[in-house]
Amino acid sequence: MSAPILTLDGVSKRFTKPLDAASKFANWMGAGYTEQVVHAVDGVDLAVTQGEVVGLVGESGCGKSTLGRVVAGIHPPSAGRVSWRGQFTDEMDAQQRRAATLAIQMIFQDPMSSLNPRLRVTDIVGEAPVVHGLVDKAQQDAYVVEMLERVGLDPSYRRRYPHQFSGGQRARIGIARALAVKPQFLVCDESVAALDVSIQAQVLNLFMKLRDELNLTYLFISHDLSVVRHLSDRVVIMYLGRVVEAAPAAELFKGPQHPYAQALLANVPSIAARKKRFAPLKGEIPSPLHPPTGCHFHPRCPMAGPRCKAERPVLKQIAPGHVAACHLHDGGVGALAA
Amino acid sequence: MAPVLEVAGLKTHFFTRAGTVKSVDGVSFHVNRGEVLGLVGESGSGKSVTGFSVMGLIDPPGKIVEGSIKLNGKELVGLDEEGFRKVRGREVAMIFQDPMMTLNPVLRVDTQMIEAVTAHDKVSHKAARERSRDALAKVGIPSPEERLNAYPHQFSGGMRQRVAIAIALLHRPPLIICDEPTTALDVTIQSQILAEMQSLCAETGTALVWITHDLGVVAGLTDRIAVMYAGRIVETGAVDPVLDTPLHPYTSGLLGSLPAEGEPGAPLRQIRGSTPSLAKLPQGCAFAPRCDYAQADCLAQAPAVTAFPGERGVRCHHPLNLAGVAA
Repeated sequence: MSAPILTLDGVSKRFTKPLDAASKFANWMGAGYTEQVVHAVDGVDLAVTQGEVVGLVGESGCGKSTLGRVVAGIHPPSAGRVSWRGQFTDEMDAQQRRAATLAIQMIFQDPMSSLNPRLRVTDIVGEAPVVHGLVDKAQQDAYVVEMLERVGLDPSYRRRYPHQFSGGQRARIGIARALAVKPQFLVCDESVAALDVSIQAQVLNLFMKLRDELNLTYLFISHDLSVVRHLSDRVVIMYLGRVVEAAPAAELFKGPQHPYAQALLANVPSIAARKKRFAPLKGEIPSPLHPPTGCHFHPRCPMAGPRCKAERPVLKQIAPGHVAACHLHDGGVGALAA
Repeated sequence: MAPVLEVAGLKTHFFTRAGTVKSVDGVSFHVNRGEVLGLVGESGSGKSVTGFSVMGLIDPPGKIVEGSIKLNGKELVGLDEEGFRKVRGREVAMIFQDPMMTLNPVLRVDTQMIEAVTAHDKVSHKAARERSRDALAKVGIPSPEERLNAYPHQFSGGMRQRVAIAIALLHRPPLIICDEPTTALDVTIQSQILAEMQSLCAETGTALVWITHDLGVVAGLTDRIAVMYAGRIVETGAVDPVLDTPLHPYTSGLLGSLPAEGEPGAPLRQIRGSTPSLAKLPQGCAFAPRCDYAQADCLAQAPAVTAFPGERGVRCHHPLNLAGVAA
């Protein structure tokens, strides 16, 4: 395997709600308020190689979108480091940083809130490449036509505004905008979640076509396991800010090892399962403000033992390229490790 | 046995300045006692408007222009608001997609539930509160006594949907219409709600109309399916035959679009184009412009329903998989 183009090294992202003046005053009087901290992403390691599609799966609040934003450079990590093509982003100079930011583009879930409603498509797609000197202002129009054709939109619509398009077309505009700056790496954050099945299939086919044509690498973030299974080479499952399992897609869907991954896969509705008895996981996803001790999943886990409550499991290799963070695969759940 | 709900030739149109939008245009179906009917379609197919029509929730500029809706033999079309008040909640209830929109954010849960109980039953406040508490316990809400005093925003999404289900179940209606109730929920929470609905309906014999775009949920939950496209039911039948040997090209295209069914990495069998505007539908079959099998007659004339044994029906001039139906 070639060297990874993007690496995350123990990346964490915390959001802190600072104390307001009243609480500070109360603290001065001895009230003892503390700042609220959300551990959105908690020590994630990830390496993505050239041309790979990595699916990032999890339920709402698991930190998958935040991780995507850290990768795309929208949020700086609170701890840990990101490196792009062998260079840490915090050591880059301004020029290198600009190159890296352009190379990693993001496609968002809701095109209606990520496209400027008061700009015409030609400006939405054409502005960034002109600003960054990829094309001349004079060639902007021809360039936009090329981009729209690439994503399967009629170029004669380029004088229109986003609200004049359907949901599927808007998704294509979002993709065209990202492609316009000639990226090498796309972070797709729930990019097909809002679309109808028949339109979703069209956009998924487009993603696969672009990957082949432009040699793109994807970090594909989704809660929809069937979409991820279809598109990804490798799948990473997150729960409450941590990676619980990562494996090649085919292997993971055949034999998930972590109890959460097993439950998640078992609960995906499939048209093959008729009149099935739904056997759900108990409980809800805990608040990331007060995550459980030890393994984050232990309050809902049917296999949990005393060790799970006390000790955070680390990612252990189960098979080549297949890792899971569970005490079951690391000496059992019963006794506390010395 | 007579069906709980019988809808025949229902047409609900919206008269807007841009023209008449035929959201529901000749829909007929029935639901038997204790049965789960899946009403499947993409956005704009008219599946929610069908549900609203049954509940009498169509406001101007919308209007039921034709057809009949019989609930336990009683005609609902033309019923006045007072009449609907007696029906809603007692004989048919509805659960919506977003419980944050259906629960009143400024009232505590107990206020809303007690109001729903006393709307139909002359019982004391205390008895109504007890019934509400029992309903919450039944849908799996922990410590229901305390939760009665909470406001909707203090619940998580899954718990809020459980409250909405508990309210729908208060009067044990023979029919509940569920409009995408699990779409906004996470997979594991969706599973909890589906399991809850399954066991409750098995217990009470409640019939369900489950409106959704998710064929996976339909396969797991329902007995029969009606597939809607552009305001009409294009295919109906028991779950297994419809999903295994679809007759209508649209049903077949939908199934082909599902990423779970394709070979990973292979292109999906997509349906080209997008759903037509309901204000200007094509003259013939509404699906013809997107259909791979369309012929001259499809563009000229809208197809009627062809019925097959086993409550199977399709609205298509040139259905697929006909060999499967004859066998």
